[in-house]
Formats: sequence, structure tokens, C-alpha cells
Amino acid sequence: MSGQTRDAIVEIRGLSKHYGEGHTRVDALRDLDLTVRAGEVVALLGPSGSGKTTLLNIIGCIVEPTIGNVRLDGEEVYDNRWLRGDLRRLRLDKIGFIFQFHNLLPFLNARDNVAVVLQLAGKSGPEAQRRATELLDYLEVGNRKDSMPALLSGGEAQRVAIARALANSPRIILADEPTAALDSKRAGIVMDLLRKLAAEHDACIIAVTHDEKIYDRFDRLFHLRDGRLDGAEGDQK
Amino acid sequence: MNLAYRDVRHNLFRFVLTCLGLGLLMSVVLAMIGIYNGLVADALNLVKAPQADLWVVESGTKGPFAEASKIPEDTREAVERLHGVSEAGNITYQTVEAPLAGKTLRLYVIGYERDRPGGPGDVVEGRKIVQSHFELVADRDTGLTLGVTIRLGRNRFKVVGLVEDTMNSGGDPVVFVTLADAQTLQSQLAPPAARVQAARGASAEIAKTVAAVVARLEANADIDAVARTVRQWKHLSAMTQADQEQLLIKSVVDRARRQIGLFLGILLTVSAVVIALIVYTMTMEKLKQIATLKLIGAPDRTIVGLIVQQAIALGMVGWAFGLALITLTKDGFPRRVLLEPYNAAVLAGIILVVCIAASGLGVRAALKVDPATAIGG
Repeated sequence: MSGQTRDAIVEIRGLSKHYGEGHTRVDALRDLDLTVRAGEVVALLGPSGSGKTTLLNIIGCIVEPTIGNVRLDGEEVYDNRWLRGDLRRLRLDKIGFIFQFHNLLPFLNARDNVAVVLQLAGKSGPEAQRRATELLDYLEVGNRKDSMPALLSGGEAQRVAIARALANSPRIILADEPTAALDSKRAGIVMDLLRKLAAEHDACIIAVTHDEKIYDRFDRLFHLRDGRLDGAEGDQK
Repeated sequence: MNLAYRDVRHNLFRFVLTCLGLGLLMSVVLAMIGIYNGLVADALNLVKAPQADLWVVESGTKGPFAEASKIPEDTREAVERLHGVSEAGNITYQTVEAPLAGKTLRLYVIGYERDRPGGPGDVVEGRKIVQSHFELVADRDTGLTLGVTIRLGRNRFKVVGLVEDTMNSGGDPVVFVTLADAQTLQSQLAPPAARVQAARGASAEIAKTVAAVVARLEANADIDAVARTVRQWKHLSAMTQADQEQLLIKSVVDRARRQIGLFLGILLTVSAVVIALIVYTMTMEKLKQIATLKLIGAPDRTIVGLIVQQAIALGMVGWAFGLALITLTKDGFPRRVLLEPYNAAVLAGIILVVCIAASGLGVRAALKVDPATAIGG
């Protein structure tokens, strides 16, 4: 994939984040630059405490950086224009989340878990249901649309979670250990699916992972160590 | 899509069990309200039964309910002659215990003059007293049935009629007998005691006193003027019907009312704490889901709605359970439980306010949830 020629969706410049002050200060991220383009699937790698989750939270508009610029799909974030409610709206419109343990709402069936995101974005009930069914069919779990999450297998639940992440056609998909709860065969299937989605939806996917078996499914690998990136553009695959 | 409803439906069994528990608490609250209403209604029924306009009692007393009152029987004739009085009747009140089928029945005996004010109101079964002696009309709650005879004092009385909802403020069901029988019951001694009195030379004659004279006035009569006239008689006092009702509520029922009111306050406080704890626990169990909702972009109002709607549903279903339970069981209470639709509606309003206030703790916890916890950071 020729990532350099496509639009930059995530642009981070001079990003630092620290918690606490004085001798209790912890520098989670230090002077970090990162660009991820449309269609790219990249991984954030690193040991525990290296800053992967903090970076994911900052890109996900959950945690505000101490200093630095974050630009998501052409919009500058964290520049005092954004209120908490606006950031939530930005997440709803532009960012999809995929979690390690799918985090489906246990009281909604598969279709409603997807539809709820669409309704939060303002779609009517029938329209949300129709779109949710389409997405589940697209991800080949349409036959399980009326099942409650507790009755889905790990792979099915993760596909429903992916459908939910895609519901509002986001430009950025953030994935936290998306294959950790799956066996290697299903992990490979999910990663192939994510790659396909990134290409078809012109979105970028940023995943935190420790799963070495799927490293070859990423376009670039960013290694984080003590809050810094090893290599500005990551390892090209 | 209503998330609160979906969550309740998903955990329906637990929700129903919780509502049932809350419903039991609500039924106790409703029972207390009903018992209080019953207490007041019973007390007032007794005062209202003679359909009197004026009560003539012993001077210096608040008789015949708040205090004992004893006036000569012939007072009725004097009262009846007053300008504006259309009819008057003597009346006596006393509590007796009567043996019946191996048990002791506690009764409130009202003696009245036939065809004069003071007798039973609507006889729902049987008839009014027509004989001069040894007939009675009983409240259905006595357990007496038509034709049954019961010993009161030294005589046996036959039940000829039944009335309903006629009790004194202590919950004792009423029986009506003729004035003459009531006076006999009050003053007649057991044979050994009578022999002792006779040996002492005391008169065995029955005292001709009554507790009060109840009077009905003509339509255009000035009730205050009539009462003032009676008060001028040194040994008598007069109270209007409104005075008598007010006195009864203030002096006879007031302590019970305050006691029940305090108990109600405690119960409502306990209910509020229980609801707050349940809502808080329900919220704490959903923190991960709330974090996920926040992360995917749900606004605060969606999350607050989820918690507050569940709290209200909990309170309202609990209230409905409680109302159904007390409606089904109220007739089994030893005292009358009188629930008015107004009481149930006021309690629903209170529960609604309590639920909204109690959900504050849960809402606070939910709003503090960091969406990052959904990611695991």
C-alpha cells in the first residue's frame, strides 16, 4: 500500500503527556510525531507502561495531551474550541472503537448493539435497524442479529463489535488488542477483515497489540518505549 | 431505543424481585396510611352516626368521647323544648366484654331511644330494634350473625340487624341496644353484690342518666344560638357536630395520628435509602457499559436517562406491587384499613420524587466514569 500518497487522517506533532507534578510526575508520552493515512492499518507496539494506551486515548479524544497538536481527519482537536460534549460528538462521527473483549452491551441483541450507535448519531430507529442489519450481513454475522452477546462465540462477538465500530462510517478505527481473545485462525480472519474495511471505507486503523502472529497484517509497526517512538514513520512491512 | 427498558427486560427476574421487595415496603407504608385513615374514619363514623346537629353533655366535660359525661335522662325533654330543635334523643356509650363461643368479644355498646336520633344508620342486613328489650343491632365486624344470641351483663340479647363500618376509635365494633337495656347494663349489679347493697339499705333503683343528648335542629335554626342557650344551664354544656368532630380528632386520635405519622416518616426515609442503594448498586454494576456508551459517543443525557428511568420504574412498579398487595390483604387486618385513591396518588408522587433524588448518587457515579476504562487504560 502506498500510504504516502493518500490523505493523512491522523496527524500528531510534538505530542507530550504527563501525569502529576514535581517528583510524582510521570511522562507517559514525550515529543511524539505520528501520521497515519487513509487505508493504512498500523500497530502500536511496546511493553506495558510505554504509552500505547495513553496515545490511543489521546487519538480517541478521551485524554487531553499536555502539549502538542492532534489533527483528526483535517480537524484540529484540543485547541480550546472543543468542549467535552463536542469531543464526544467527534468520537461518534469520526472514530470507531474495537475492544479486546468486544464490550458489547449485554442487554441489547447484536443488531441493536450496532443500531444504538447509529441512533445516537441521529438516525431514525428503522433506518438504524436497516443499516445495522446490512453491516452484520457484510461481516457475515447477519444470521446472529437477534442473538444476545452472551450467546455469541468470541469471533461472532468481535465481528458485531467491528460492525458497531463501522456503523457511522468513521475515518479512524482504534482497536485495543482486537485479537487477544481469539485463537490464531480467528485472529487472522479478523485482521484480514480490518484490512479490507480500511481499504473499502478509506479509513485508517490504529491497533494496540502484543500478538506477534498478526504483525505481518499491519502496514506499519510503531514501537513505543518510555513514551517515545522508535522511528518516526514506524517499520514498513 | 430505550436503554433503560432494554436493560430491565434483560434482567427481568432480578428487577421483578427487587420491585417485589420494594413493594413489600410500599405495602407497609400504604397500610400505615390506611390504618390512620381507618382510625379517623371509625372515630368520625361514631360521631356522625346519630346525624346530630348539637351534642348536649355534662358541664365542664368534653364528653361523651373525649371524657366521661353523665347527665339526667330528662334533659332530653328540656332540650327538645328549645326553640329551633326538631328532635332529640338520649344516648349512652360503654365498653363491655361479652363471652361468645368460648371467646371474649370486646364491644362498644350504644344505648339509644327507638325512633329518636342516636340509633344505627343503615342496617345492611335484618332490621332495626323494634322490641323494648333484649334486641341488638351489631356491626358486622363483631362476627355476630342474625338470630344469634349473646349475653351482655345478666341478659341475653338477640341480633336482629347488622350494620357496617361502625367502630369506636379503639377499634371495638359497635352494638346498638335500647336505652333502657343500656342503662340496665351500666348499673345492674350481680346478685351477690345486689344483696350486699340491699343489706346496706342502698336503693336498687337503676340510675336514670345518659352520656349525652343528641339534637337535630330545624333547617333555619341558628345552631350557635341554641348552643348558647344550653350553656346557660349551669349543669350542661353543648357542642355543635363540627366541635365534636374536631374534638375527637384532636384529643382522641391525635396521638395515634402523630405516632403513625412519625412511623410513616421513618418508613419513607428507609424506602428512600433502599431505593438509593439499589439504584447505586445497579449503576456500579454497569460502570463498564456506561464507560463503553460514553466512549462510543453517548451524551450524558442518555446515561442519566438510563439510570433515572430505571429508578423511576423501580419505584413505580414497587408502588404498584405494594398497592396491589395492600388492596388484596386489607380486609384481613384486625383494624379497618381505609385507602383513598388520593392517598395512593400522593404516595406515588412522593415515591417519584424519592426515586429521582435517590438516583442522584448513581448519576453522580455514572458521570464520573472515565470512558477510558472501557479501553482498559
